[in-house]
Amino acid sequence: MPTPPKSDLPQGTLDLLILKIVALGPVHGYAIAQRLEQVSRGVVQAPEGSLYPALHRLENRDLLTADWKQTDTGREAKFYKLTRKGRGALAQEEASWNRLTDAVSLILGLSNAEGDAK
Amino acid sequence: MTWLARLFRRQKMESQLDKELLFHIEQHEQDLIARGATPEEAHRRARLALGGPEQIKEKCRDARGTRWLEDLAQDTRYAIRTFRKKPGFAIIALFILALGIGATTVMFTVINGVLLKPLEFPNPDQLMTLHGSTKEFGEFWGFSGPDADDVAKDAHSFVVAAWIYGGGTISGPGEPEYVLGRQVTPNFFSMLGAPMREGRAFRNEEDKPGAAPVAIISSTLARRHFSQDSNAVGATLAFEGNSYTVVGILPASFRLAGNADIFTPMHQSTDHRAQRRDARFIHVIARRNDGVTSAAGQAELDTIAHRLAREFPATNADLGMLMRPLRLELVGTIGSTLWLLLIAVALVLLIACVNIASLVLARAVSRERELAMRVALGAGLGRLVRQCLTESAVLGLAGGTLGVALAAIGIGPFVAFWPGSLPRADEIHIDWRILLFAVGVSLLSGLIFGLAPAFRVPIQNIEHALRVGGRTIAGSSRRLHAIFVIAEIALAFVLLASAGMLGRTMLKLSSLDPGLNTHNLLTARFALSPASLNTPAQMRTAWQSLLDQTRGTPGVQSAALADIIPMREGENVLPYSTAPLANPSDATSFALASTVTPDYLAVTQIPLRAGRFFTDDDKLGGAPIIVIDENLARQAFGTTNVVGRRLYLPNLNAEPVTIIGVVGHVRHWGLAGDDQSRIRDQIYYPFAQVPDHLMRFFSSVMSLAVRTHSDPAAMINPLRQRLRGGAGDQMLYDEASMDQLVAASLDSQRFLLLLFGIFAGLALLLACIGIYGVLSYLTSQRIPEIGVRMALGASAREVIRLILRQSLAMILLGVGVGLLGAFAAARLLHRLVEGMQPAEPLTFVAMVAVLFATALLASYIPARRASHTNPVEALRQD
Repeated sequence: MPTPPKSDLPQGTLDLLILKIVALGPVHGYAIAQRLEQVSRGVVQAPEGSLYPALHRLENRDLLTADWKQTDTGREAKFYKLTRKGRGALAQEEASWNRLTDAVSLILGLSNAEGDAK
Repeated sequence: MTWLARLFRRQKMESQLDKELLFHIEQHEQDLIARGATPEEAHRRARLALGGPEQIKEKCRDARGTRWLEDLAQDTRYAIRTFRKKPGFAIIALFILALGIGATTVMFTVINGVLLKPLEFPNPDQLMTLHGSTKEFGEFWGFSGPDADDVAKDAHSFVVAAWIYGGGTISGPGEPEYVLGRQVTPNFFSMLGAPMREGRAFRNEEDKPGAAPVAIISSTLARRHFSQDSNAVGATLAFEGNSYTVVGILPASFRLAGNADIFTPMHQSTDHRAQRRDARFIHVIARRNDGVTSAAGQAELDTIAHRLAREFPATNADLGMLMRPLRLELVGTIGSTLWLLLIAVALVLLIACVNIASLVLARAVSRERELAMRVALGAGLGRLVRQCLTESAVLGLAGGTLGVALAAIGIGPFVAFWPGSLPRADEIHIDWRILLFAVGVSLLSGLIFGLAPAFRVPIQNIEHALRVGGRTIAGSSRRLHAIFVIAEIALAFVLLASAGMLGRTMLKLSSLDPGLNTHNLLTARFALSPASLNTPAQMRTAWQSLLDQTRGTPGVQSAALADIIPMREGENVLPYSTAPLANPSDATSFALASTVTPDYLAVTQIPLRAGRFFTDDDKLGGAPIIVIDENLARQAFGTTNVVGRRLYLPNLNAEPVTIIGVVGHVRHWGLAGDDQSRIRDQIYYPFAQVPDHLMRFFSSVMSLAVRTHSDPAAMINPLRQRLRGGAGDQMLYDEASMDQLVAASLDSQRFLLLLFGIFAGLALLLACIGIYGVLSYLTSQRIPEIGVRMALGASAREVIRLILRQSLAMILLGVGVGLLGAFAAARLLHRLVEGMQPAEPLTFVAMVAVLFATALLASYIPARRASHTNPVEALRQD
């Protein structure tokens, strides 16, 4: 089975995706990587090498906070969850992302419509 | 968690990071195994997916805010450790740096104290001094009495105070002494913002002719003359034959340029000159009102000057008035010398930095393997650059600390060694500005010598670097080393050439003829007993008996009086012309005028060119006569054959005066300054012909010139004792031999030459060490190559030539660049140093020769060592 070509993440969107996933409930790094892969149906390639630096950066900016807790299998793992500040940041980023994509699709639709008119 | 807490919990955070990544990999492995992979396969794929764990960890550490601080601490520890492991390098570098930074700090300390620190008065930036200026004379300090009064009345944006010099004899209580002082307007102290320590300032009604004599004295004077200086206020002081009431004592911290122990109200004296608009001898200082800019103050002053020019065209038509910061006035012309020295010392420091840079670079190249290893282990370029810079900053700061210590020790002797007196010398000490400066210079030095090696970090070619290590060096490093040597030679050449030019200037100036016989000639100012200052006849008798007593002193050959002593401060400039003038201000020629007694020519041994000098028969009431110097004769008449001709000197005599003799020119403005000065013509007129109404004034300015049989310094004390007079209150002061005055006229040039000589020597030494070091290093890197050459038949001589050719190219390039710098330096020196001779090819050629010889010697040693290479060992080494 040929795999579909994967897209690179646009600059800065990794943070948004991480915040969104963590917003669903406390989760550890490996699970975040898994979920990124699953939810995007393999279209988005989140380089695992940049996941952890991103998590630490968000933690440093007080958007995430972390606790060491037991997993289902009884192992200790670092679970990340959103802070109040992180929740605000997520809402803001999401809104701006939506505005951006609306605008982009509007422009794309426009040029298509013009092309169709010819 | 704050960043501080994070910093302290670094250990824990590191272990947690390990644990987190390990968890990720194991979890991934389990998933893969669950999906059917073999454990080995799962292990490999999980690790591959995550990427290099060390690189990720580095990035995670970067994501923490405290990264730079942790690194700084770590790098500092590392730097100190490596320096301790190889102390030779660190000691040499520290020594060079400490010298460079120490010398720079000393110069800056002086500049800070003398030039930069504000004056110790409230709102010192508002304090100005007013200058006059005319087309003929340029800018000068003097104001006439009426002009000063008019400016004071008319000015609204600034307040004006005035002063003139006013020293005199204090006959009691206590030991009589001659003191320097000032006559001031009543608002002088309040305008400066200087409160009295005790008592009060002058009142306006005390500043009038006929008012009761009052004085304000310095705290040191109070201590000298009153047993308990707190009793001094209200006490009386016998000053200049009058009894003055002390109304105020100044605090010890009160300082002006020059010494001043006694202050009296300016307008109590009835100096006739104070009424004349063309006698400009009053110093005017001003304070701008709050919120008034310099430009606004100057604009108002211009308006006043224009009005005075319209109202008094005879005296003021061409007179401009200028406002200058008072601070610059107090400092005088010393500023240019100081900045020149700072530039020179900064060049030495720059050479030191380049020197250390080449040492650091050599070290960095031999550490290429270590650095490559670090890159392989996950260090980023930025991280390595930061580490290199931390190392040089540690070195720089350590050097700076030692340098400041050196400066603290050296500043005292340096100031004491300064020729003459340094203005504001007691304000020169190390303060926070100096420390800030030293830290800045240290870090800057560190940056200069750390930057080049830092960017040599082998990032692209790790594999290559790891394999060959420090064995071969890349071309770029060799080029960088060459650039260092070239820069050092160029900088050293600039200093050498400057020292050479200064040396030539000194030689040339010292060989100039001062115009008189300076040996065994003593000069001193003299204050007559206040008791003999009552009538002109009394004063004439007192001066005559002073001359007689001086001549009668054993060891004295001859003695004369003069109001102006060559090469000493204090001049009298008179306009002259060969035709009658409608108005003195129409004059276009000016001469230095000096009144002397008949023996003056015999005492100074100024050569007589034509006619005769004065005799005792030239008296008041006889025809007015003068003697001129050959300069004036040629200037005015085009010949020295001018005896019997007449000259108009409107400020000296209403009628024309007859020239009875011509004498040689005396370099009055000093050996360095006289040839360029604007006023070089000289006139002598007999002291006996000074009119009665001027006797009081001249009695306060006359000096004694004495030709002695032996060392003039030994005559000072006998003369002092003998000339005390019946009341013991006649004072000889300000003594100096003419040899001292001549030497002092070249003081600043000599001092510059000495320091530039030292700096140039240091620069040459440092450059040689640099060349030696770089060449030793470069040749040691080429040992295998040399081995091959020798194995193939190259002789030792050929090897030496090979190495020398390499260094010759660097030296030539360095001298070339240095020549450009030297021309710039010549221009700067010419502008800033009085009497500076133009740059000459010969000086440059000599300095090039010196530089070449030493630089080649420095390169010969490594070349010779290379020629002794044993080919077999050299080849085996690779």
